[in-house]
Amino acid sequence: MNWIIDIGTNTLTKVVGIGRAFLMLTGALIAFPQWKNVRLTIKQIYIVGVQSLLIIMVSGLFIGMVMALQGYTILVDYGAEGSLGPMVSLSLLRELGPVVTGLLFAGRAGSALTAEIGLMKATEQLSSLEMMAVDPLRRIVAPRMWAGVIAMPMLALIFSAIGILGGHLVGVEWLGVDSGSYWSIMQATVEWDKDVVNGVIKSIVFAIVVTWIAIFKGYDAIPTSEGISLATTQTVVLSSLTVLGLDFVLTALMFGIN
Amino acid sequence: MTTRKTELMVGLFVILTIAAGLLLALKVVNQGFSNNESTYTLYAKFDNIGGLQTRSAVKVGGVTIGRVESIDLDPEDFNPVVMISLSDKYNNFPDTSSASILTSGLLGEQYIGFQPGFAFDDFVVLADGDYIQDTKSALVLEDLIGQFLFSRNSE
Repeated sequence: MNWIIDIGTNTLTKVVGIGRAFLMLTGALIAFPQWKNVRLTIKQIYIVGVQSLLIIMVSGLFIGMVMALQGYTILVDYGAEGSLGPMVSLSLLRELGPVVTGLLFAGRAGSALTAEIGLMKATEQLSSLEMMAVDPLRRIVAPRMWAGVIAMPMLALIFSAIGILGGHLVGVEWLGVDSGSYWSIMQATVEWDKDVVNGVIKSIVFAIVVTWIAIFKGYDAIPTSEGISLATTQTVVLSSLTVLGLDFVLTALMFGIN
Repeated sequence: MTTRKTELMVGLFVILTIAAGLLLALKVVNQGFSNNESTYTLYAKFDNIGGLQTRSAVKVGGVTIGRVESIDLDPEDFNPVVMISLSDKYNNFPDTSSASILTSGLLGEQYIGFQPGFAFDDFVVLADGDYIQDTKSALVLEDLIGQFLFSRNSE
């Protein structure tokens, strides 16, 4: 009988967790129209966005360069190295930009958010805020939530743009693909509403999911050192898996059926 | 003072994002034939459209002047009807013009090659909603091979 009880307990914990996560999300999102929180949000955008710029830009540059290198060696066999531009730009805009930014964001900013909020909980700063009649959802959670949702699509856009420039660097400057065909075939293939906008929509969805998971894991962490380290690990693992899984669903919805 | 520095960095971040968006909008994205340019519509009926798709280019002498808007099947004679929208800049093609489905390069995508007809003194201009009478269907490789084998057998 005990294992049935275990299943029941586990299910209840999960359901209660999901419910608490939704309550936290609604509490945080509704709390935004407070103008005194804008300054806090800007500070958080600096922490999760600006400080992630370096890793995002370097990764974007190298991923673009590697894709140009790999794509060139395959395409040149068919004399189709002019198609390097659309190959690099479409895969960056549609997939790699949002997904890799989501993964890096989960590792770089998400884990930091979880650890920060988890430690706030462990050192009872959140309880102290409540004692002072300051709602921690508004003061702590909402600015971080909005900062993540605003900053990540911007990072994804920068990632894609830098990647395309990196592809140009390797493809055109080094391997000698014609610069005109790199850009013109790209322009003939890439469409604003289909490719760029869908990529941005993807990155907004990933931003909401990653930031939500990161903040909730911190907010819900067991207030001990082990609890925080466990929550941080869970944030990175869970949000990476969610990004990859959601990416498949979104791709199927956006590009699956013509 | 730290707040000002933070705000400065966030401002730079926003500017960088706008720069990235501009790069994508101006250099990467297809801007050749945007929706706000005024167009007119022609129809062309083919026997076989091969691999033609919506958004395929319509070219005169290699210059893109329009795009395929939609492809449907005529419910009466079961021939594909292609609706193409052409730029209003080029609105005086004679009605003797012909459209054929061509392939760019050996393995490239298919497009409609538009051949302006000879302009007589009293030629009729193709207007919005007209059908292009003279059309040539796409070359389908399997058909070509079939014809080739057939002609060899009959020799």
